Amino acid sequence: MDQQTAAASSVDIDRTSTMTRGEHARQSRPLDSELARQAGAGPAVREDAEVVFDLDDVTVKYGSFPAIRDVTMQIRERMITALIGPSGCGKTTLLRCFNRMNDLIPSASVEGTIRYKGADLYASGVDPVEVRRRIGMVFQKPNPFPKSIRENILFGPRVTGMEFDADEIVERSLKGAALWDEVSGKLDDSALGLSGGQQQRLCIARATAVEPDTILMDEPCSALDPIATGAIEDLMRALREDYTIVIVTHNMQQAARACDMTAFITTEVAQDEQGHDRRSGRLIEFDRTEVIFGDPNDQRTEDYISGRFG
Amino acid sequence: MMAVSTPQREAEVAQDALHAPDDRGRRERGFEFGLLIATAVAVVVLAVLLIDIAIDGLPFINSTRFTEYSSRFPEEFGFRSGITGTLSLMILVGLLSFVIGVGGATYLEEFAPNNRFTRFVEANTSNLAGVPSVVYGLLGAGVFVFFFSLGRSLIVGAITLSLLILPVIIVASREALRAVPNALREAGLGLGATPLQTIGRQILPQALPGILTGTILALSRAIGETAPILVVGALFSRRSDNVPWDIDDAFSALPIQVFDLVKRPQAAFQEQVAPAGIIILLVLLLLMNSIAIYLRNRYSRSS
Repeated sequence: MDQQTAAASSVDIDRTSTMTRGEHARQSRPLDSELARQAGAGPAVREDAEVVFDLDDVTVKYGSFPAIRDVTMQIRERMITALIGPSGCGKTTLLRCFNRMNDLIPSASVEGTIRYKGADLYASGVDPVEVRRRIGMVFQKPNPFPKSIRENILFGPRVTGMEFDADEIVERSLKGAALWDEVSGKLDDSALGLSGGQQQRLCIARATAVEPDTILMDEPCSALDPIATGAIEDLMRALREDYTIVIVTHNMQQAARACDMTAFITTEVAQDEQGHDRRSGRLIEFDRTEVIFGDPNDQRTEDYISGRFG
Repeated sequence: MMAVSTPQREAEVAQDALHAPDDRGRRERGFEFGLLIATAVAVVVLAVLLIDIAIDGLPFINSTRFTEYSSRFPEEFGFRSGITGTLSLMILVGLLSFVIGVGGATYLEEFAPNNRFTRFVEANTSNLAGVPSVVYGLLGAGVFVFFFSLGRSLIVGAITLSLLILPVIIVASREALRAVPNALREAGLGLGATPLQTIGRQILPQALPGILTGTILALSRAIGETAPILVVGALFSRRSDNVPWDIDDAFSALPIQVFDLVKRPQAAFQEQVAPAGIIILLVLLLLMNSIAIYLRNRYSRSS
């Protein structure tokens, strides 16, 4: 299935690259500048912010072949960093390495080093449970537990053994996720009765309830309508005050609107041991969002940014 | 052939196109009828059996059947030791098979590495579900009665019946666990819960209705079994009660007593007392299933 999605995405790329450069420029310039204008709207990126994730030559393999390779980047504190790129390029794979969720896939292996605030996440003796308590995750599809709203919030604090006041933490988490006003009267109702957007905000609230340092988001808005997406983006900007956020998104306007830094990843063809062509992801460009969307250094970035909308 | 094309004519043609071809309805109905027959065979045979037994047995159900132990005289015969024995077996088998079965299923489904050994265990679990029950009886007799010197006791009967239904419970529980979406496992782990916390607090409760359904069906089968407990030495007649905590006590059970009755020479035993015993056994089974279904529904609602 991975191969299929990889193949599908390659079609996108091929189609983009068969357009002439001139066509690109003509078609995409207005949208380009629109995205660039949106990107400029955010507050300035703090160059001196502390490095949270320090990736050095990271390659993630499923079996023997890399899904994404040779990634070196630094993700800084209290910023929203977006990972964008075509389907199957390994964005999600990379994101899931940040809190060792890829451990759940037996064939996955990580090479290179990923340091989290200086500590090697994949050193022997590192407990993935401890990693995940510090680095929370919000998934592509809202996945609340089929229990009450209150129980969803309280699960994390209970299992992590932290000291907490139940009513206080429920209220604080839900307020933090801009959900309190909508659900304060029905905390004991099932979370499955909420709309998709509300469920996703509940998942964000649940993730913040365990007081992580960092929140990873894997296409959190892909199952949501534009209004719910807007709510989540507002929420992300508010959460940036306290958390470092890394988000995978297919929506480039979202990256341009809501994110401080953007990494563009794409698929490249490489050969495996048998000489078959296999696709694996490469980090092409990582910079401030307004640079990526306004004046990217790499032609491939520009093709992707503009091709999608051109 | 084509008449003058008018809007009305076109509408008629379009209307006709939406009708089914002539023979389709007949084929569909024929197939449906075949399926109905298949269902009817199962239901009708069961109904005839139940009605026949009810006609034979109901007139002979009275308080004596519940309060008295077995006897040489049909009118004085009671199933008291069989009822208490079967109830004790139900409780012990339920506890043993549920705990071990769900534990095994959880290990295989949630924790076991995918290697040759695991696949070997999985394949054999399914095969074991097809082993004739009398073989389990021989195993129980050989291993527990003689090798471990547990004697012809209640616990041996319970262990034997538990072994008999374990594969069924494991397979059903694994199906139930597999049906819980992976997203919930990721949700739990992503919040910093350990695998054990995630499975214990989120995954197993979600799978519980399915697990209980499988357990109920398996338990019903175990309780009706005659051959295995016959081989491990259940008693035809016994003049005292069984209680689940006297696990080293000798025991009797309803199916054993019915088996004993139908091979007695007197017609009264075969035609009157045995059907009464069968009815009591069926009612016990129905009661047990009702309780289990009630429990299952309560769990489904709360989640």
